[in-house]
Amino acid sequence: MRLVLNGSPVEVVAHPMKRLLDVLREECGLTGTKEGCGEGECGACTVLVDGEAVCACLVPFAQVRDCAVRTIEGLGGDHPLQTAFTREGGAQCGMCTPGMIMAALALGPKPSLERIRVGLAGNLCRCTGYEAIYRAIQRAWQGEGVSKAVRG
Amino acid sequence: MPVVGQSVPRKDGAAKVAGAAKYVDDITFPGMLHGRTIRATIPCGRIRDIRLDFDPAGFTIVDCSDIPGRNVVSLIEDDQPCLVEREVRHVAEPVMLLAHEDREKLLAAKVHIEYEPATPVYDAERSPAAHKHIVIEKGDLAKGFAKADLVVEGEYRTGHQEHVYIETNGFIAVPEDGGITVHGSLQCPFYVHKALKHLLGLPDDKVRVIQTEPGGGFGGKEEYPSMIAGHAALLALKARRPVKIVYDRAEDMWATTKRHPSVVRHRTGVMRDGRIVAMEVAVLLDGGAYVTLSPVVLSRGCIHAAGPYRCPNVRIEGRAAFTNTNPNGAFRGFGAPQTEFAVEVQMDRIAERLGMDPVRLREINALRPGDTTATGQIMGKDCSALMVLKEAVKRSGYRRKRRAWQGTNRGIGLALFYHGSGFTGSGEVRLASKCSLATTERGVLILVASTEIGQGTRTMHAQIVADTLDIPFEQVDVAVPDTAGVPDSGPTVASRTCMVVGRILERCAKEMKERLDGLGPGEHYRRHGPMVITKEYEPPPGIVWDDATYRGDAYATYSWACDVAEVELDPVTYEVKTRKMTVVHEFGRPIHPVLARGQIEGGTAQGVGYAVLEHVVMQDGAMANAQLTNYTIPTTLDTPRLDVVMLENPYPYGPFGAKGVGELPMDGPAPAIVNAMRHIGLDVREVPALPEVLMEKAGEAVMR
Ligand code: FES
Ligand code: FES
Repeated sequence: MRLVLNGSPVEVVAHPMKRLLDVLREECGLTGTKEGCGEGECGACTVLVDGEAVCACLVPFAQVRDCAVRTIEGLGGDHPLQTAFTREGGAQCGMCTPGMIMAALALGPKPSLERIRVGLAGNLCRCTGYEAIYRAIQRAWQGEGVSKAVRG
Repeated sequence: MPVVGQSVPRKDGAAKVAGAAKYVDDITFPGMLHGRTIRATIPCGRIRDIRLDFDPAGFTIVDCSDIPGRNVVSLIEDDQPCLVEREVRHVAEPVMLLAHEDREKLLAAKVHIEYEPATPVYDAERSPAAHKHIVIEKGDLAKGFAKADLVVEGEYRTGHQEHVYIETNGFIAVPEDGGITVHGSLQCPFYVHKALKHLLGLPDDKVRVIQTEPGGGFGGKEEYPSMIAGHAALLALKARRPVKIVYDRAEDMWATTKRHPSVVRHRTGVMRDGRIVAMEVAVLLDGGAYVTLSPVVLSRGCIHAAGPYRCPNVRIEGRAAFTNTNPNGAFRGFGAPQTEFAVEVQMDRIAERLGMDPVRLREINALRPGDTTATGQIMGKDCSALMVLKEAVKRSGYRRKRRAWQGTNRGIGLALFYHGSGFTGSGEVRLASKCSLATTERGVLILVASTEIGQGTRTMHAQIVADTLDIPFEQVDVAVPDTAGVPDSGPTVASRTCMVVGRILERCAKEMKERLDGLGPGEHYRRHGPMVITKEYEPPPGIVWDDATYRGDAYATYSWACDVAEVELDPVTYEVKTRKMTVVHEFGRPIHPVLARGQIEGGTAQGVGYAVLEHVVMQDGAMANAQLTNYTIPTTLDTPRLDVVMLENPYPYGPFGAKGVGELPMDGPAPAIVNAMRHIGLDVREVPALPEVLMEKAGEAVMR
């Protein structure tokens, strides 16, 4: 099945009903996307499908045919959101972090605090109490990082 | 440039934000099988027969007869079996293990267990058996009560709490020449090491435990990992292949440990001017079906049960009762959140009875330097109860809001609390933790068994070492906790990793600096070869503790905090929203302000969940809502805005003045929030304070 994965067209062979989460982790070797619950409750498995944040544990692989799928590995490591999460303490154990960053990315540039709170309500973090995550997202969109973050 | 006190980039940050950090489920080994645990479905009884309802070809099957050593999960008492032999004591107790290379076949395999059921004990209050009993006595209780103008009694209850680390438990066991190596998500590598040695009958050097990146622990990966590692190891040894066991969320919630539920009864004698003259406290914890860590959880709970208050006549009696439920275990705070909830709600009830401002009552009774605690410990300059109270009251505008919101659906309440750093009593001396520091080509390498569970161990230890050696932070590396390569610096628990382990590292670095003769460590390594300095724990001077009588210095020092909660009651749904919390902590000095703040914010959020959301529904001895769909932890929308203040009062025997901060933030939110509910007029004495509880209390308030 064809799809665009982190910007590159790829052909992946997997059972169409396999969860996108497992296909990414097992067939594609992209273990940055995490499983926290397997039932759509925690958001640890959040990836972008055609720019929209989805829980990869709920999406059957067949559904992403010809779609653009973006995972944490597609951000390259130096995306302003990633840098800001490190600096502001947005990642503690790091288990929610990939999903959290992908969900934050889907909020678009310079989201208000209210928008962040509502937009991330499906992403559980047990470590931070979320304050550091808010600080990280807000900081990512300030200063030098912005133009890069807007480009994504 | 010094890095202590600076928020340098955390050592594990880049890998975590890039999705490159390897958690146990991200790792595979060639030829690896998947493992599964078959568990008991009754709370109490005997196994009569086990029948395999599947074709066993291709499966590895393990039961208790495959255990080469002793069938125990070795911890305090060796009473918990790794696999049931005959007697079942709780639902979800492990009975049999299966492994297969195909996960679907593994999950489809059916095992039928026939039982001879017996009558279970669910109610800790009626349980005839106890895992541990403690009495703490000070002064003359009868005299105290005789003198009191007023006696206030109360009973307070707290429920189970599930850890919900976002990474579920998991291990991979790999058989290696005559021994076993396990890789897993854990807090205490040497606990697992010890448990495996006993279970497998292997010598020290044939068991190796390596930590993978843990996706959260909060105490939930303190003792249960020894069980899972044992299971994976048994399967791997029998299959002669690597075996991975990773729990799904439902199994993790259903089968592993939780916070001990409690019933705490208070009887307090006070003078009309507010002085507390007698305190009688009875603490009951539901220990569950095996001893595990209950004795030490009870111990910490009892020691904190009188709150941060001076009182000449005290009696605290604690009991950890047996029930036919999953053993309850370590969870951030370790008994103190339960008992500090009780005493702080009791304080507000006393204030109410006296017609006194709750702040004033606390000011009168708060511990000051020179006062003694219930165990007779004399407070030193490191006692900051009044300092945190004053700051929290001022900063939150408590007094003004308290007046302005009177009679509305908004409330403000506070809690004053403390938490002892490090193991209780003589625990640290008995642990005798060791740390090493080695010179390397690049600088130095820290060798400790203390794990990074998100709290920032690696970074904070590296800061302490860098500044002590006066070398750049970047030249300090931290070894992966691997029992074959690091000394036993003790478990990663009890708010001890910075203060206790960090202090030992500081001493290693001091000695290394002397021996470097003015050279940098890298330079020294290149000229003279490797140098390794190992140091063992030394207690601060003057610490005395008697385990038999529970008298003396229960902890080397305490950290102090005051939380102010602002809540709003929805008069239709009876939901209480916590709008804001002002959280003032004194823990010596933060080594890394961003990380320390992270501990406080995260712990406070867990406390908010404990107070109003997190409800473990027990049915027939097991968690009936073992799913994130119906066990709710705080989301962004449930977590209040947090105004965190870190006050400093450097502690001379902690590294760079630091004390412990990991657990402290968990102790205060529940009583602060419940006291804010009291301000609205709701006489709540339990958590979680769910809407149904509040609705009932609101009814009572109207009737009054
Ligand atoms: S794993 Fe997909 S939402 Fe939790
Ligand atoms: S950082 Fe641990 S769950 Fe968010």
